[in-house]
Amino acid sequence: MADMRTPLKKVRGLGSAREGTEHFWRQRLTAIANIPLTLFFIGLLVSLNGASYAEVRSALANPFVALILAMFLISGLYHMRLGMQVIIEDYVHGEGGKLALIVLNTFFTIAVGVASLFALLKIAFGG
Amino acid sequence: MSKSPATQARPLSPHLTIYKPLITMTMSIIHRITGGALYFGTLLVAFWLIAAATSEQYFDFVSWVFGSWIGRLILFGYTWALMQHLMGGIRHLIWDTGVGLEKRTASKIAWATVIASVALTVLIWVAGYMARGM
Repeated sequence: MADMRTPLKKVRGLGSAREGTEHFWRQRLTAIANIPLTLFFIGLLVSLNGASYAEVRSALANPFVALILAMFLISGLYHMRLGMQVIIEDYVHGEGGKLALIVLNTFFTIAVGVASLFALLKIAFGG
Repeated sequence: MSKSPATQARPLSPHLTIYKPLITMTMSIIHRITGGALYFGTLLVAFWLIAAATSEQYFDFVSWVFGSWIGRLILFGYTWALMQHLMGGIRHLIWDTGVGLEKRTASKIAWATVIASVALTVLIWVAGYMARGM
């Protein structure tokens, strides 16, 4: 059956990248979340400066600390992935190279995120 | 479009090198650079968390690396990059509301982000050394 949608309906709100304002909005959303989360992270590191292995582990095992830190990692990593995507799109002009770097950007973010969250959960669950 | 051989260099619109460096422009560039640096700085966070989850030996090794003079220099730079990007980010969020875009105000806010980021970095490190002392 023929598509009854008008061309305007198909592109409305999408823009040339077919994602509309979603990138901008998520960048801002994570930016706002990152303000308190970063301050917490800095405060935690200041308080743990010079702390022993046991002290650091017991601090990270605290459910409140582990949860906030997990949110910091997720929000921060999502934010940096969006930011790096813009940098790649701005400076890499070859289509192949651009695509490869955008793929690597996501892989890097997920690898760092999964490794960090796994380590955090392992400590939090007493592993 | 008809093809016409370029017999002389075509005029280009002015780019970065032609402008006098203004504080708003400089801080915009620094915002991007600090963002890029923080991207790779997450490896330090992952390194620290993985070490804490692995073993005391590995954790002590990472603590030794971070505590060396080069480690501290990197962490000091990381702290400043984080604070500068945080301040620059707040500046962008203010701009998003349509406020502070006037020429003089924008320059003042740009300077304020530098002063605040440097002050916060020093404050964090003083607090860190105080926590260590106690």
